Amino acid sequence: MSVSPSPAAATPTRSVAELKQIASQVRRDIVRMVHAVNSGHPGGSLGCTDLLVALYFKVMKHHPEPFDMNGIGQDMFFLSNGHISPVFYSVLARSGYFPVSELATFRKLNSRLQGHPATHEHLPGVRVASGSLGQGLSVAIGAAQAKKLNNDDRRVFVLMGDGELEEGQVWEAAMYAPHHKVDNLIAVVDRNGQQIDGPTDKIGGLGDLRAKFEAFGWQVLEADGNQFETLLPALDEALSLLGQGKPVMLLMDTQMGYGVDFMMGSHKWHGVAPNDEQLEKALQQLIVEEKSDY
Amino acid sequence: MKDFPYTEKKDTRSGFGAGLHQLGQTNPNVVALCADLIGSLKMDAFVKDFPERFFQVGIAEANMMGLAAGLTIGGKIPFTGTFANFSTGRVYDQIRQSIAYSGKNVKICASHAGVTLGEDGATHQILEDVGMMKMLPHMCVINPCDFNQTKAATLAIADYEGPVYLRFGRPVVPNFTPADQKFEIGKAVMLNEGTDVSIFATGHLVWKAILAGHLLADKGINAEIINIHTIKPLDEEAVLTSVRKTRCVVTAEEHQMNGGLGDSIAQLLARVEPLPLEMVAVNDSFGESGTPDELMEKYGLNEQAIVAAVEKVMARRK
Repeated sequence: MSVSPSPAAATPTRSVAELKQIASQVRRDIVRMVHAVNSGHPGGSLGCTDLLVALYFKVMKHHPEPFDMNGIGQDMFFLSNGHISPVFYSVLARSGYFPVSELATFRKLNSRLQGHPATHEHLPGVRVASGSLGQGLSVAIGAAQAKKLNNDDRRVFVLMGDGELEEGQVWEAAMYAPHHKVDNLIAVVDRNGQQIDGPTDKIGGLGDLRAKFEAFGWQVLEADGNQFETLLPALDEALSLLGQGKPVMLLMDTQMGYGVDFMMGSHKWHGVAPNDEQLEKALQQLIVEEKSDY
Repeated sequence: MKDFPYTEKKDTRSGFGAGLHQLGQTNPNVVALCADLIGSLKMDAFVKDFPERFFQVGIAEANMMGLAAGLTIGGKIPFTGTFANFSTGRVYDQIRQSIAYSGKNVKICASHAGVTLGEDGATHQILEDVGMMKMLPHMCVINPCDFNQTKAATLAIADYEGPVYLRFGRPVVPNFTPADQKFEIGKAVMLNEGTDVSIFATGHLVWKAILAGHLLADKGINAEIINIHTIKPLDEEAVLTSVRKTRCVVTAEEHQMNGGLGDSIAQLLARVEPLPLEMVAVNDSFGESGTPDELMEKYGLNEQAIVAAVEKVMARRK
């Protein structure tokens, strides 16, 4: 089974077994990318790998080549928590937006793969810069409203971190979307419970997110974001709820560092790269049948 | 000194409203967003005639900037409307990341700039907005001088690809530029050719510069007066051509000295053609409540201040 870039990146019939193989390869990319430059954010990237693989390799209708910034007639994904750029870049490359070999330039001088995603260097697949947190939901809502004006019936996805919800702009946007009936939008929160200074319940007091978003007028779903067996049905249900006058929020429980046992569940791997020995240990746990490391 | 006859006084914000409404009729991709200030921004006509292309955001300016960035993805040309203060300082990071760095085709339209906002006081009288916006790479910064020019600028920026900051104001001022003018972004407008001093003015100070030109003519001083409606990109050629003739410079604007038009021209002169320069601008101060005329006088932003600056700079000329 090959996980090389495919022009038909999103295949609705792709099996869970195939998705798991792709996810393992993406996780190999992530740990190798951050190890190579001794910087970057592996924890959240590993935790959100299954979501991005599900979206780009099964759920979304999208055309990697040639890349269309306006995304007319395509589903679109926005990464608001831009620090998990390694998973975004790996998934974009492996679904055909740019050569997989370019992953080797991550965070290096003159690269299109900036530390945080940017449009400035014209990297295909990225539609807005992110990194300064709290802005992506607003941008995604705007893009969703543009789709409505264009009579484009495709959907917009956006991923935020849970710590990111401490930014006030998120709640401005959360109030706006239901009021304006932006019902072609699925927002996902990566609820890994961790942020730089420690657990989110100790730092920011996020509280009952389901109750909060429901009170703001969203349709809210919850799912385990590291098991395709639960994630795929949740995404199907989210899609089925669109077009009913309300935006959809998926609270996705993940483990930071998922797939690498010594990184799992700890905020300590938010923004730290593995050393040589840790990299080898991680790669031994990320098994693919047909390895295609860049 | 040329005369600049006018038949009425109008506010520049109404020029924006008229331009936006015309764009609604002529450009189907133009959309507008407002943060609970439709009346103040004179967006009523657009809202009434193009409701499907108008987005009331409420008092949530950060969200408005992000929405505008998103609307460009899909080919829309969003015009955001709120006060200059809430269009810049309040949302600087949103503009920086989601609009400027991302190269989005958003038109940030900002009313009530400067002390002429009047009685509301310093919380609302932003005098730092031009500086903040011009520091952002590739941000175009425009400050037209009257109703007709603001309308023309509004039409012009819709055809310009890239982020723009369009600054205008609240008070009524003489509407003296041609109704049918073609607005050329980045192109200075020669108002009065002269030989003794170059006066570069922007926004509401353009009319004050004309008034000063008449006072100076009475004193036998022949001032060259140039309207710099586009602060960035600056029309360097027009500036240098003028100063090489007059050998001394006065700049005039309703903004802090730091970061404004005067600062841009001083940089240019220091690099290329060092010559004496005086700035008519606010000198490291916040504003306060008062009528626009009272404030313009107190903060040294009227024709008398320009005349004094001209006399000072001409005395420094070698």
